[in-house]
Amino acid sequence: MRETFTKGMARNIYYGGSVFFFLVLIGLTVDTVESLPKTDNRENLTEEVAAGKRLWEINDCIGCHTLLGEGAYFAPELGNVYTRFGESTEAIKGFIKSRPVDGIPGRRSMPQFNFTDQELEEIAQFLKYADGIKIARDWPPNIQG
Amino acid sequence: MKYESQSIAKLYFIAAIGLFVGQILFGVILGLQYVMGDFLFPEIPFNVARMVHTNLLIVWLLFGFMGAAYYLVPEESERELYSPKLAILMFWIFLVAGALTILGYLLVPYATLAEITMNDLLPTMGREFLEQPTITKIGIVIVALAFIFNIGMTILTGRKTVISLVLLTGLVGLAVFFLFSFYNPENLVLDKYFWWFVVHLWVEGVWELIMASLLAFVLIKVTGVDREVIEKWLYIIIAMALISGLIGTGHHFFWIGTPDYWQWLGSIFSALEPIPFFMMTLFAFNVVNKRRREHPNKAATLWALGTAVMAFLGAGVWGFLHTLAPVNFYTHGTQITAAHGHMAFYGAYVMVVLTMISYSMPIMRGQQAANAKAQIVEMWSFWLMTVSMVFITLFLTGAGILQVYLQRYSDTPISFMETQSKVEMFYWMREIAGLVFLIGLIVYIVSFFVKGEEVKMAEAE
Repeated sequence: MRETFTKGMARNIYYGGSVFFFLVLIGLTVDTVESLPKTDNRENLTEEVAAGKRLWEINDCIGCHTLLGEGAYFAPELGNVYTRFGESTEAIKGFIKSRPVDGIPGRRSMPQFNFTDQELEEIAQFLKYADGIKIARDWPPNIQG
Repeated sequence: MKYESQSIAKLYFIAAIGLFVGQILFGVILGLQYVMGDFLFPEIPFNVARMVHTNLLIVWLLFGFMGAAYYLVPEESERELYSPKLAILMFWIFLVAGALTILGYLLVPYATLAEITMNDLLPTMGREFLEQPTITKIGIVIVALAFIFNIGMTILTGRKTVISLVLLTGLVGLAVFFLFSFYNPENLVLDKYFWWFVVHLWVEGVWELIMASLLAFVLIKVTGVDREVIEKWLYIIIAMALISGLIGTGHHFFWIGTPDYWQWLGSIFSALEPIPFFMMTLFAFNVVNKRRREHPNKAATLWALGTAVMAFLGAGVWGFLHTLAPVNFYTHGTQITAAHGHMAFYGAYVMVVLTMISYSMPIMRGQQAANAKAQIVEMWSFWLMTVSMVFITLFLTGAGILQVYLQRYSDTPISFMETQSKVEMFYWMREIAGLVFLIGLIVYIVSFFVKGEEVKMAEAE
């Protein structure tokens, strides 16, 4: 690099730039958190949904599925599964319940988690709540997720 | 080696390489599960294998970073490490905690692991990359704090160089942003938003500081180029990394229920994220061209140049490929993301750790550089791993493009599972490339044991 551009100048860009944009990130974060009630479907965040989220976590569902496009890419997107399954929590529960213990020969299969009826309801309610989050441009592009 | 305590790095590097092998073995298992869905089912389901694969990566890179810091900091600070004993103690704590966590994933169902480790008290488990039991996370924080204290005291009481201060900033950032992993609200959007404060601000933020400083250190050593020049590059690279990367976090906030303005901010700023990586490439080639000495460690120079190029390709080019919101609308959460993830992690972080190991390991074993034969074997492993990673990325990209078209773009979209079976061919090819990568890794390990005549620096420094 040319001599006219000194190390001091480079250092100042680093300090100034990173402090400035860090503050911008904090500002945008405050604004985002304040505007979330309009989109994040918190009015439907019941205790049942919260319990469902916990079950979602402690069974590492994200290790195969995506949820709002984040996670693993081995199994279908679940952020819109409630819509895809005809807006039926019963269909979701039925699917989870019917997974064979030893899998399906030669194919990918979801494990059998042996959930109780109460747990199945909680998970289904959590997925219904996730489907209710208002996402920009109604992502995903179509019902296939 | 100028200071006795630098040799602690050896311990960390050996552990890192060992865990690297585990990571790749599980990668090969995962690749096979993509095409043979029932492989190892139900004993090791995909989600468990994936946790092992990604968590081993994170843990071994952390071992690599810590080892690199223990080697670099005494030399830069011109003094022994503040407390070698603490560094050795933390090594064993981290290794045992890491091993127990991985064994936990493999030996009991994840839900049982959550129960045993009392996840209910402070639920943090079950989020991508942050699957570790809460108690392990607390362990990571303790190890990180002890490590930063040790490194920090060494730097602050010794000679302060730009390289060591940038490294310290990166490491402190790593520890600070990890604290967000303890925040796990019931609100899914909030959870996702702040999850990125760990994941993005690590790999597209503070880790770039660590990477750039390690690269700068090795380049000073192997080229003998004036520190002033290198420090200027270092500042401008990390400046661009943070200027683009902080608001660049927004490219993860397109489709998770966050405000629409993130589509603009995320697109614009993340489109700038390739710049620091491109500058690293310019930087590396520039200083190697202007080298003032012929360092006998050709392999380390190759790794350093390779890091710069592959980081630019993986993080920069493959990142940009799907970072603009209108494109990402279709590609979000597909194999395109997986393609980018693989080459970015390999090119930026795996390779920079291997660069550091390549440079420092021979010195810690009492030589300036590995013997000529060993270096040739090491360079073979460089090409095997790097080229196979390019192919892994290309095959996943092929799968991803088809997936986007079949499942999301065409007029008659088909389901996820149907799409997966249609792109199977690409997954087979990826698996073969993965096996070549594993061979490359074995060759890499072999290179440490190849005997030959010692090589020395041609001219005096």
